[in-house]
Amino acid sequence: MQAFLHQLLAGLATGGIYASVALALVMIYQSTHQVNFAQGEMAMFSTYLGWAMLQAGLPYWAMFGLTVGLSFVMGALVERIVVRPMRQAPVLSVVVVFIALLMIFHSLAGWLFGYTIKRFPSPFPERAWYGSAVMSAHEVGAIAITLAVMALIFGFFRFTALGLAMRAAAQNPVSSRLVGIDVGWMLMLGWGLAGAVGAVAGMLVAPVVFLDPGMMGGVLLYAFAGALVGGIDSPAGAVLGGFIVGVLENLIGSYVVGTELKLTVALVLIVGVLIVRPSGLFGRTIVVKV
Amino acid sequence: MRLVERTTSALLLLLALAFPFLAEGYVVFQATMVLSYAVALLGLNILTGYNGQISLGHGAFYALGAYTAAILMDRFGLPYWATIPAAGAVCLVAGVLFGLPALKLEGLYLALATFALGVAMPQLLKYKHLEPWTGGVQGLVLAKPDAPFGLPLTPDQWLYLFALAVAVILFALARNLLHSGAGRAIVAVRDHPLAAQAMGIDNRRYKAGAFGISAMYTGIGGALSAIAVQFVAPDSFTMFLSISLLVGVVVGGVGTLSGALYGALFIVFVPTAAEKITQAAPWAIYGVVLILFVFLMPGGVARLLHRRG
Repeated sequence: MQAFLHQLLAGLATGGIYASVALALVMIYQSTHQVNFAQGEMAMFSTYLGWAMLQAGLPYWAMFGLTVGLSFVMGALVERIVVRPMRQAPVLSVVVVFIALLMIFHSLAGWLFGYTIKRFPSPFPERAWYGSAVMSAHEVGAIAITLAVMALIFGFFRFTALGLAMRAAAQNPVSSRLVGIDVGWMLMLGWGLAGAVGAVAGMLVAPVVFLDPGMMGGVLLYAFAGALVGGIDSPAGAVLGGFIVGVLENLIGSYVVGTELKLTVALVLIVGVLIVRPSGLFGRTIVVKV
Repeated sequence: MRLVERTTSALLLLLALAFPFLAEGYVVFQATMVLSYAVALLGLNILTGYNGQISLGHGAFYALGAYTAAILMDRFGLPYWATIPAAGAVCLVAGVLFGLPALKLEGLYLALATFALGVAMPQLLKYKHLEPWTGGVQGLVLAKPDAPFGLPLTPDQWLYLFALAVAVILFALARNLLHSGAGRAIVAVRDHPLAAQAMGIDNRRYKAGAFGISAMYTGIGGALSAIAVQFVAPDSFTMFLSISLLVGVVVGGVGTLSGALYGALFIVFVPTAAEKITQAAPWAIYGVVLILFVFLMPGGVARLLHRRG
């Protein structure tokens, strides 16, 4: 029972990380109907930036804030330089460009920081009052940070004028422009926010999986699965989906198929959801008028 | 075909036939790899270029073809030439089986599902209950076939000629398929699914069929590479392979037949050359080249060389 509980809670902790990346994916999907295949690699690159700052002697939380800020700028720049010219392009070109971004971030990280696996510290001490036998302090801390980030994002979109403007720009760009919202800026902000959320996820997962250019490959796949389970146009659904996938991955991995087929679980989940219920748990079914 | 095209094709074929007697052993091996990738790219191009279904996971079918050939040779003692049709058949079935649920997925979602397939494939190949067949992480080592009938050829030369024959047959078949009524239906489904349906084309059948044929071509390419490399292992078939195939299609020219050859030349020679600079260079070059082609040369090399496509 203890072991089961441990697996369940560990699943929740990784689920929180998947939920963050899934949230980043959904934020971009909502505003531009694009799936950012480079989201994971961007988060990985952000984490490397953080690692470099730690090497330079910055304290952890200063590095944390700075990395999130830099990732925001990076996300916004990617939107402005690469994604915006692709607005009218066919799906194939868009997908190809995102794959290209994935490869560029991957090689940039390898080139700048090397391919040796690096240790990334956790901000939470090994032994803390909130850690226990079934859940380490880092896992508790990761869940707490994830939930805090989500509360912030929710509050931002729900209660601020800027958040409202961003939602409007995503939902109906033409009308938003008519009431004076700068849609281009809103898209840039959206990408920046997604980049920042991804960076948080990267810094939380790095102490567990260690830092190397390929570390986000699996995470991205689980985040896709989470976003699809929850519904790719529903932020709340993506968060819940991320947690569900984290728990499922851990339980199925430890009790059913063994750890070496964990990625296949994600594959089956993705294909299964897309076939049985493409709108996910909370997404809207889209009906196209002919 | 016009006369000019006929003569150029004949000249090119002659040159290709003479090639193994003019070049060194390793270059001949590389040329064999080019042929195997060209067949695989032709398959991906039939699906993505002509039928409009995006696949980011065709490396999985390449792996399936390679493993089918390797297992048949290693565990069942089949001769190498017999594994080619077998690999094609296995991948055809696998492609249709994956293509049927994929019918429900459009554009982006299909890209997502196939991306997952590409990422998950190495893990599946390492799976311990398949190990008696696949050899697990170690993979399988194969023997290089000698030239038959006592022909005075080195194994490399013979394999090149064998791969050339397979590639020429498959290219001719693809050309005929795409110029037939079925081929026009495949393209119509890409250009305007609704209109195609209104014209009486069964979209589902053509999409699933295109997926199967595409997987078959890519699988045969994989089988050729397994025979030429004499070795298969799960880590040769990572996501990087699937992405390489996508790069090959984009560089060669989406929706062109000859593009498969240009793309194959690119993905065989450019990464090896780039690797000499730094380990990061192949990925970086792929990334930059992809963006440049999409923005500046969306028709690829093929459209640049043959103005009419």
